[in-house]
Amino acid sequence: MLRYICKRLIYILMALFIIVTATFFLMRLAPGSPFASERAFPPKIEAQLNAKYGLDNPWYIQYKDYLVDTISFDFGESMKYKGRSTNDIISESFPISLTLGIEAMILAVGIGILLGAIAALYHNKLPDYLASTIAVLGISVPSFILAGLMQYFLAFKFGHFPVSGWKGFNYSILPALAIAITHAGFIAKLTRASMLEQSNSDYVKMARSKGLGKWTIVIRHTLRNALMPVITYLGPLTAGVVTGSFIIEQIFAIPGLGKHFVTSITNRDYTVIMGTTVFYSIILLFAVLIVDILYSVIDPRIKLKGAKK
Amino acid sequence: MKKRNLFLMLMLLALTLILAACNFGAEEKPASEEETTEGTEGTESPEGTTEGGPKELNLVVTSEPPSMHPQLATDNTSSAVLKQIYEGLTTYKDGEVIAGAAEKWEVSEDGLVYTFTLRDAKWSNGDAVTAEDFEYAWKFALNPENASEYASILYPIKGAQAYNEGGGTEEDLGIKVVDEKTLEVTLENPTPYFLELTAFKTYFPIHKATAEANETWYAEAGDLFITNGPFTLTDWQHSGSMTLEKNANYWDAENVALDKVNIGMVESETTAATMFDAGEIDFVGSPFQTVALDVIDRYKQEGILKIADYSAIYMYKFNTTDKIMGNANIRKALTLAINRQGLVDNITKGEQTPALGMVPLAVNGFNEDRGYIKDNDIEEAKKALEAGLKELGLSDPSELNLKLSFNTSEAHAAIAQFIQEGWRTNLGIEVTLDNSEWQVYLDKLTNLDYQIGRLGWIADYNDAYTFLEQYDSAKNGNNDTGWENAEYTALLHQSNAETDQEKRIELLKQAEGILMSEFPVAPIYYYTNLSVKKDYVENMELDQLGNVYLKYVDINK
Repeated sequence: MLRYICKRLIYILMALFIIVTATFFLMRLAPGSPFASERAFPPKIEAQLNAKYGLDNPWYIQYKDYLVDTISFDFGESMKYKGRSTNDIISESFPISLTLGIEAMILAVGIGILLGAIAALYHNKLPDYLASTIAVLGISVPSFILAGLMQYFLAFKFGHFPVSGWKGFNYSILPALAIAITHAGFIAKLTRASMLEQSNSDYVKMARSKGLGKWTIVIRHTLRNALMPVITYLGPLTAGVVTGSFIIEQIFAIPGLGKHFVTSITNRDYTVIMGTTVFYSIILLFAVLIVDILYSVIDPRIKLKGAKK
Repeated sequence: MKKRNLFLMLMLLALTLILAACNFGAEEKPASEEETTEGTEGTESPEGTTEGGPKELNLVVTSEPPSMHPQLATDNTSSAVLKQIYEGLTTYKDGEVIAGAAEKWEVSEDGLVYTFTLRDAKWSNGDAVTAEDFEYAWKFALNPENASEYASILYPIKGAQAYNEGGGTEEDLGIKVVDEKTLEVTLENPTPYFLELTAFKTYFPIHKATAEANETWYAEAGDLFITNGPFTLTDWQHSGSMTLEKNANYWDAENVALDKVNIGMVESETTAATMFDAGEIDFVGSPFQTVALDVIDRYKQEGILKIADYSAIYMYKFNTTDKIMGNANIRKALTLAINRQGLVDNITKGEQTPALGMVPLAVNGFNEDRGYIKDNDIEEAKKALEAGLKELGLSDPSELNLKLSFNTSEAHAAIAQFIQEGWRTNLGIEVTLDNSEWQVYLDKLTNLDYQIGRLGWIADYNDAYTFLEQYDSAKNGNNDTGWENAEYTALLHQSNAETDQEKRIELLKQAEGILMSEFPVAPIYYYTNLSVKKDYVENMELDQLGNVYLKYVDINK
């Protein structure tokens, strides 16, 4: 197990190196400069700005600087937000995205598994159709439409929630729901499919014939095995959800990390692009690793070391 | 079984830990802060609070202000907030320049030397505002090492341009501190709009002692953020919200009605409109978010939409170094064949004025149309097109295939499509649309890698010069057209040396006339500022520069 984790850590480092390199060169290939502005300023000032951020060096020096920055996890000052370091931007906005993300995850997993289990238990009956319809709707209605509708009706028309902002738990309910519903739909579909597969297996038939109740079998036997595909899906989902959603943050005016992924690129804010990319990659890679470790906990048949000799 | 229970317990423990670390914004902290500030305000000005309790105004801006350093800020959002917390030597009221931190000033007869006498004003920490603070701030902006992108607005000061571009020295600058309360400024040319400039953000003072001691004093709200304006910045949740509170040390504090201003950051126009409808904010209108296109009609019907003139122009620039666009007749044809009124009525819908000159009607001395061209003058356009084609040796307009560039945005795309259609049906010219991201687009313009490109220009000070100066030479960084004209340049230079305001405006009009006969630029419309406010908000008006000064705003609930 330990050896396996060490090996994975090395892979993670390699993956990070490739990501950093690719980001660096893509950034340089993209046209546009971080300092282009509507109002022109003298060449001397532009040279000063370039020197300040080391953009006047040849590319290999810049590349080396970026690698060093990445290792020390210090990406320097943002080119757009004066006097603010990339690390500050991440450390201020990430906790907010994380909170919202966890809330959304709990909702997504809860709703998703419940719907999926109901659909599988009442296979081809009314509850199945109902649950599947909700799931498909959840998947196919884009989150920004859902967010807009919820904002208009729940917050504005009925006044149950604040319209936007981030000043307390109340403010997080609508955005969390908007993020959760799409994922809940996916999880419901996955759970339903794998539960149906499990319910034809011998051990479930055995349990049935022993006279155990429907729900007891689900909770104690089927669900445990049926959750494997869901857990696979959870890894990348976690990474995506806890780092924030651009659209949702925009609609509900949440000061999270999600918007920095997008705006830093349109601003050509190189330091923030690097910072957010590396940060996101680390979270994603570790989420995948944790999922792999979780497999062995949930299903002892899976051996992390690989095939036995 | 027991092992699994342990595992579950561990997971639960981890979850509670994570949840405990959760961040739902600073919910409790501001509440306690509020109490304390209310307490102190109560003791300091017991008569100030009326029966309605503290007066709070709720606003939103589009984004996190990129820089709260007056000399480094370049954008609208930053300056909207800076104007409330700082005060220049002069300031605006109802669009007129009035005394700000300066009590009075004298101007030498040749219009070159301004001697400002500062009033007995204080910084928010109680220190006196001195001439040195102004000197320090201005020199900070001009020092090329600080790379202030807006330093060029200080160029009317003697020696400023040379110093900023790396040629001159700091000693040669025309900024002199006579004594603590007297600042003497020598200008390069008599600049009739200099007192407008001193109200501009780059001319604001900064607290010298803190700025020298701490390089990034402006990155966070707090004790280091010392200001001299009607309000202070007490709280700044990055990308979330800002809180301004009345500055008790402000010299005119008794005339400031508001106790607190909450500024949220909301990127979506639709969300801002919903917030306004739900009563969460009291005002919407640039620079405090913009009225979304799809609610304009509704607000108009409700009778709450306010439309104000704005010193700004939307235009299409022509790259005159291009083979086809280098032909003045073709440019004329394209400029004339734009149905501006139709565009405003059907596409932009903001009651803008069709632009038939280069200087907006909101600018002093230019309040009437100068009659250079007629809107949608297809007949003249066709004549010019024919002449242009002959000069280029072409026979048919369909041989022209032009590229119209703009930065990616729904609004610009809609305008471009409308104008493209007009050119196609009226002149038979095929136009392809080409959009790119903002930063890329700006590079294209600067490198003259385009044929026709859109741009807006918003006045920094209310004078025609800000609109005309950019074409004074092909090298001017804001020109972007490659066009220059010796006569035009000479007229602008003359206008700079002219001390008689009427003669000066006459010269500027002549210069504008040259632009409107050679058409390096096709003016499209003069902007308007749309805004809505709640009934209880008083005196919240936008002036022609789009300024809002919250100093004058009152709330009567």
